[in-house]
Amino acid sequence: MPLVKQGHIVEDVFVRVLDDAPIPDGVPVIVTAERFLADAAELAAREAPLGVLWPNNRKVAELEPWLGRLALVALIFPKFRDGRAYSQARLLRERYGFRGELRATGEVLRDQFLFLIRAGFDSLEVTKAADAEAFAAAVSTYSVFYQPSTDGRLAVRRRRLPPQTPAAGREAQETGQRHFEPR
Amino acid sequence: MYLYDELDRTLVGERVAEFRGQVARRLSGELTEDEFKPLRLMNGVYLQLHAYMLRISIPYGTLSSAQLRMLAHVARRYDRGYGHFTTRQNIQYHWIKLEELPDAMADLASVGMHGMQTSGNVVRNITTDQWASVAPDEIEDPRIWAEVIRQHVTLHPEFSFMPRKFKIAVGSSRHDRAALRIHDMALQMHRNGAGETGFEVMVGGGLGRTAFIAKTIKPFLHKRDVLSYVEAVLRTYNQFGRRDNIYKARIKILVHELGAEAFAKEVETEWQSIKDGPLALDEEVIADIASRFRYPAYARLDDSPPELAEARRSDRRFDAWVGNSVAKHKVPGYAIVTLSLKPEGGTPGDVTAEQMDVIADLADRYSFGEIRVGHEQNLALPHVAQRDLPAVWRALDAIGVAIPNVNLITDIIACPGLDYCSLANARSIPIAQEITRRFRNLDLARDLGRLHINISGCINACGHHHVGHIGILGVEKNGEEFYQITLGGKADEHATLGTLIGPAVPYAQVADVVEDIAAAYIELRERPDELFIDTVKRTGVEPFRERVYAAR
Repeated sequence: MPLVKQGHIVEDVFVRVLDDAPIPDGVPVIVTAERFLADAAELAAREAPLGVLWPNNRKVAELEPWLGRLALVALIFPKFRDGRAYSQARLLRERYGFRGELRATGEVLRDQFLFLIRAGFDSLEVTKAADAEAFAAAVSTYSVFYQPSTDGRLAVRRRRLPPQTPAAGREAQETGQRHFEPR
Repeated sequence: MYLYDELDRTLVGERVAEFRGQVARRLSGELTEDEFKPLRLMNGVYLQLHAYMLRISIPYGTLSSAQLRMLAHVARRYDRGYGHFTTRQNIQYHWIKLEELPDAMADLASVGMHGMQTSGNVVRNITTDQWASVAPDEIEDPRIWAEVIRQHVTLHPEFSFMPRKFKIAVGSSRHDRAALRIHDMALQMHRNGAGETGFEVMVGGGLGRTAFIAKTIKPFLHKRDVLSYVEAVLRTYNQFGRRDNIYKARIKILVHELGAEAFAKEVETEWQSIKDGPLALDEEVIADIASRFRYPAYARLDDSPPELAEARRSDRRFDAWVGNSVAKHKVPGYAIVTLSLKPEGGTPGDVTAEQMDVIADLADRYSFGEIRVGHEQNLALPHVAQRDLPAVWRALDAIGVAIPNVNLITDIIACPGLDYCSLANARSIPIAQEITRRFRNLDLARDLGRLHINISGCINACGHHHVGHIGILGVEKNGEEFYQITLGGKADEHATLGTLIGPAVPYAQVADVVEDIAAAYIELRERPDELFIDTVKRTGVEPFRERVYAAR
């Protein structure tokens, strides 16, 4: 399953550790939510980067105290039609200010890429190899967006206003920094 | 009219290009039908019993003459010469070929039309009063708000895969002509004590398998907060709406299971965190969208010009039509003209390409180039000078859309039913056609007065049968079509669900049953002007039940 990170197909440096398996030293790992919460302080104190696989029916607010020490949060699309993780992604980025890697896992298909990027994901475990190859094309399908989002592209209603208006400036600030540069 | 600018046009063009690529991938076999399905659905393309069906969005039911001509062109070039207007103020074509879809969409895009948000688990076409901006009892034009929301939810990255579809309606008149309370979410404009205008927010209405009337969760929402509040409702629904059972996935079930108060609290908490963020609507953003609506330069005219009175005196058919199909306009000397798409023996909501062309020409000549689509599946010319009514009537009469049966028993709302739809259990259209034949006598229909019949071919309730004064629901029993009859439903500001009167009746008896109900009403009403719906309310359904089942 190819991993697309910030627009490029890359090797996955994270190792997924099953609930009862020992955690290897010095290696970036992804653990389940249960395991993480059971032992959060100790896991967060590890040297190597830590990621957590967070289910789509659990509030991401629970993660808030740990976000500064997490290198990665992986959210789940059991089916591409199950869009709960889009809300979780936006909350993590926009409300809780998570700046680490936000990864989409599960059924991740080409025609969802643009939605995912705009919701705040910057890495995708893509289901089909051909889809991963088509990433650049898939996320440049549109040049016009009606919603403000963290990918740095201004919503239409702001683009229509002259740039010096306070409203246009305020939105650029409030949606925060760019997490992803579309190619 | 709302005028698209370069940005809106670019988006629609990009959508067509994307869909062309998706169709090519489907035709080449790169995409399976299963994978293609959600993609086509996001463009309003359904696979029905006989062919693909294309549903085109008509935001808040407002069409320009150029758009209507293009709809006629698509009907002629890609379909069988007609289109079907729906209860969501949209139009559907039922005989489209997959390989021609991208071209049809490109043609539509040239006039700013598309199928986005007409299917899939997204916010659907936002509907409103078809008399927006011309109704005398309106506070402000609700379409500005429908457009603000439409833009925001179009291809929304967070809300394109919700548990189920989501329908929003916006109203701004005291009298609800947009069936607000049967929507997932509805905004009703009010003026508060301080003279400011804002919205009452209702959620959780809907028909289908489990019908509910929407409940108010916010009595007064300031305009600046409309988008952030919509976002908070959608986010709450997206996260907590049920996904385990398609029949329990609409927001109405979540609102019902949590209780409206608890749901409102969830929304409120979410909303408090986002209300002062980028979604807060500054005056200049609202003004910018409002400035893209163009209003007619009305002439200074007087109401009731002498030539109108003279024409009414000299032609009884014209007089009857004015009495039935012409409504008061907020500007003196003008009128709102409803075009009945409910001819005897016809399919409710169907219009031919030729009729569309004529109506577009009439709109240019007499209605500032504008046409409206109502959820009752009729059209309207919203700005006709009263002195022009005789000429407009003659032209409409010549193409068969001046039948004076608006709001009468033959002005039936019906879904496409088993003649087209793969979900249906029973036919709807032939039932409607037979009822229009039984009540072809206009004196009889007029004597029965205001009476809404709604027909759905299955429990999904696209024909809104729960809120018909007479509701007819097709069901299947041992491979045969049967119909349940409800009475007393209504979709206005006093929205009520109808009451079932008894066991379902077979296909062949439905029109007889409607005749029995009509006859019972005439006997039961206290005065000739007691409306059917008021008689049912006063007597309950019992006397109707007795009448209908006595002989069966």
